[in-house]
Amino acid sequence: MGYELSRPEPTPPRRRRIPAHLRWPLGFLIAGLLFFLLHYYATRLGLKPFLDTWLPKSTINEALVWVICALGLNIVVGYAGLLDLGFVAFWAIGGYTAGWLMSGFFHFLNVHFLGAVPTDQPGVHFSFWMVLLAGAALCFVFGVLIGAPTLRLRSDYLALVTLGFGEIIPQVFRNGDNVFGYNISNGDKSITPVDPVRSVAIEANGFSVRNLGPFDELSRYLIFVALAALIIFMSLRLRDGKLGRAWLAIREDEVAASAMGVPLMRTKLAAYGIGAVAGGLGGVAYATHVNGAFAGRFNFSISITLLAMVVLGGMGNVWGVTLGALVIAWVNQTGLRRAGEAFNTQFGTEIDFTSYNFLLFGGVLVLMMLFRREGMLPEARTRLVLREHDKTSVGQDAIEVDELDEQANVEAGERR
Amino acid sequence: MSAIRAEHVTVRFGGLVAVNDVSFEVPQGGIVSIIGPNGAGKTTFFNVLTGLYEVTVGRVYVGDRDVTNLAPHRIAGLGVGRTFQNIRLFGLMTAEENVKVAMHPHLRSGVTATVLGTPRQRREEREARETARELLDFVGIGGSFGEYARNLSYGDQRRLEVARALALRPSVLLLDEPTAGMNPRESARFTDFVHRVRVEKDLSVLLIEHDMSVVMRVSERVTVLDRGERIAEGTPEEIRANQRVVEAYLGKAAKGQRT
Repeated sequence: MGYELSRPEPTPPRRRRIPAHLRWPLGFLIAGLLFFLLHYYATRLGLKPFLDTWLPKSTINEALVWVICALGLNIVVGYAGLLDLGFVAFWAIGGYTAGWLMSGFFHFLNVHFLGAVPTDQPGVHFSFWMVLLAGAALCFVFGVLIGAPTLRLRSDYLALVTLGFGEIIPQVFRNGDNVFGYNISNGDKSITPVDPVRSVAIEANGFSVRNLGPFDELSRYLIFVALAALIIFMSLRLRDGKLGRAWLAIREDEVAASAMGVPLMRTKLAAYGIGAVAGGLGGVAYATHVNGAFAGRFNFSISITLLAMVVLGGMGNVWGVTLGALVIAWVNQTGLRRAGEAFNTQFGTEIDFTSYNFLLFGGVLVLMMLFRREGMLPEARTRLVLREHDKTSVGQDAIEVDELDEQANVEAGERR
Repeated sequence: MSAIRAEHVTVRFGGLVAVNDVSFEVPQGGIVSIIGPNGAGKTTFFNVLTGLYEVTVGRVYVGDRDVTNLAPHRIAGLGVGRTFQNIRLFGLMTAEENVKVAMHPHLRSGVTATVLGTPRQRREEREARETARELLDFVGIGGSFGEYARNLSYGDQRRLEVARALALRPSVLLLDEPTAGMNPRESARFTDFVHRVRVEKDLSVLLIEHDMSVVMRVSERVTVLDRGERIAEGTPEEIRANQRVVEAYLGKAAKGQRT
C-alpha cells in the first residue's frame, strides 16, 4: 500500500457549451414545446383524431401533475432514501391552498390581490402565481412539521408513520366542514369552482393574456410543462450540490454521514420539505386542472401510485421518474381504455379492460421486480447495486469482476 | 494543550459497563495508540469521542471545548475526523463525492444558492472538487476519483476513508484499526504515511491498533484498555515492559504476532 503521488494527472473534462444541469431541463422544455406544436397544428397536420383519441390534452395535463408530484417524492425516496407512503398529504394541502386562496369559499371575506375575477365577488381571490408560491410555502411548513417528529424513525417505522399522516390529512379535509363550528374545507362537498388562471391563452391565431377557460387546456399545458421543468431543474441542481451529496450519503450510511459532519435531522428535513414543495406545486396545479379541491380524490392509492412511478421509472433518476410518471398516468387515464377499445373492435370481444387496471398494474410490477428491478431509466449507481448477484457491503473484499464493473467504469466516465 | 481529552468517561449500555472511568488525552501534534484485547472497549471509546455513543458519566473535550454528548456532526465539524474499523464508505458514491461529503461543515452555500447556481456557489463547488482531488492524490488514489467507492480495492478503500476524514480539516484524526488486513510491508508503509499526515496536515493522531509492530513504531504514547478500564499508559517501551499489559494482552497475542 503506497501513498506516493505517482498517479498521472486526470485529463480535464471536455468543455461543453451548455452546462449539464441545464441541458436536461432544456431538453424537457423543448420536448414539451414540440408536443405543444404537434397539438397546436394537429388539425393542419391531420393528426387531430389520433391525438384526441390517444393523447388527449386533459390526460397530458394530469400526467404532468403526476410528474411534478413524483419528482417531489423522488427527492424524499430516491435521493434521501426515506420511504414515504403518505405523499398524498402534500398534494392535498396544495389543492386546498388553491381552494382557500382562489375561490369564493370564504364568502364572508372579500380579499382580492391580482385575482382573476371582478373585485365585487366575495371570497379570497389571489392570482394563481401567488397561490403557487403559497401552496409551496405551506407544504414546506407542513413537510417540516410532519417530518420533525417522524424522521427520527428509521425505514419501516418511518414508512408506517408517513402512511398515517397520508391518511390523516385527507381525512381532516374530508371532515373539515365542522371544526368547532367552523367550516375549513367544505367536507365532501369540496371547494369548487376555483378561479381561472390568468395567463397567456393560446388562440387559433396567436395568443392573448386573459383568464383561461375550461377549454384552454393547451395553455394550461404550457404552465404545467414549465412547472415540471422547474422541478426537474431544481432536482438536478440540488443533486449535484452540497445537499444532494448529503442526501446520498445518508441513503448510503447514516452513521458514517453523521461522523463526516452531515447533520442527519436537518438534511432529512430538507429532503422532506423540498419534496413537499413539489407536492404543493402539483396540488395547486391539479386544483386548477380539475377546477376544485375534492376531498374524496386524495386517497391512499395516490401515494402508492406515486411511489410506483418513482420505483418503476428508476429511483433517484429524474428522467426515469419523469418517464415513469408520464407512462403510468397515461396508462391509467387513457392508454388502457383506448387500447382495450382497440382490442375489442379488432377481435369483436367485450372485455372491460379498465376494470383490470390493477391486475395489469400488479402484473407489470411483479415482472419489473423479476426482470428489471432498477426501473426503466435507473440511476447509474442503483443499477450497480441491484444488478449484483450477491450484495456484499463495502469493504467486504473486492467485488467480483465481471462485465458489471466495466459498465460501472463507463458510467463513472460519463459522469465526469 | 491537548487536542482531544476524555475525563473519567464511563459508558453503560443497560447493565453492561463498556468503558469504565477512562481518562485520556492526545497531546497537540502527538500520535497516541489505544491497544487492548478484543472487547476491551476500544471502539466504544472511539464512538464516544466522536459522539456516536452517549457518555454516561464524564466529559470529553476537543481542544478546550466541551463536546460531551454533542451530536456526531457537531463534533466532526469541530475537527474530529475518523475512519471505521469495518470500512464505512458511501459505496455508491464516487471517491470524489465521498471526500466532498465530509466537506459539508465547511461549505456555506444554501439551497437557494445551489438551485440558482450563484457564482459563489459555483466557485465553492469548484474549490471543493479541487480539494477533493488534492486529498485523493495525497493518499495516493488520485486516479480513482470517478470510481464508485465500492469498486475500489480494499487497500484503496482504506486510503479513501483517510482522505474523507481529512476533508473535515480535522485537528485530530482517529484511525480505527487502519492496518487490519494489510501485510507487514503495507503496514510499514502505512506507519510512514501516518507520520507524513501528521506533519503535512498539522494534526494529532489517535489509533486503535492490533499490530504491535505498528504500535511500537508509530506511537509516542500508548494507552492500554482491558475490559473497559485503562490498565496502563506510557511510552511504547514502558508498555512493552509493563507486566500487567503483558499478562492482559501481549503475552497471549505476541506468539501470533508478525514482527
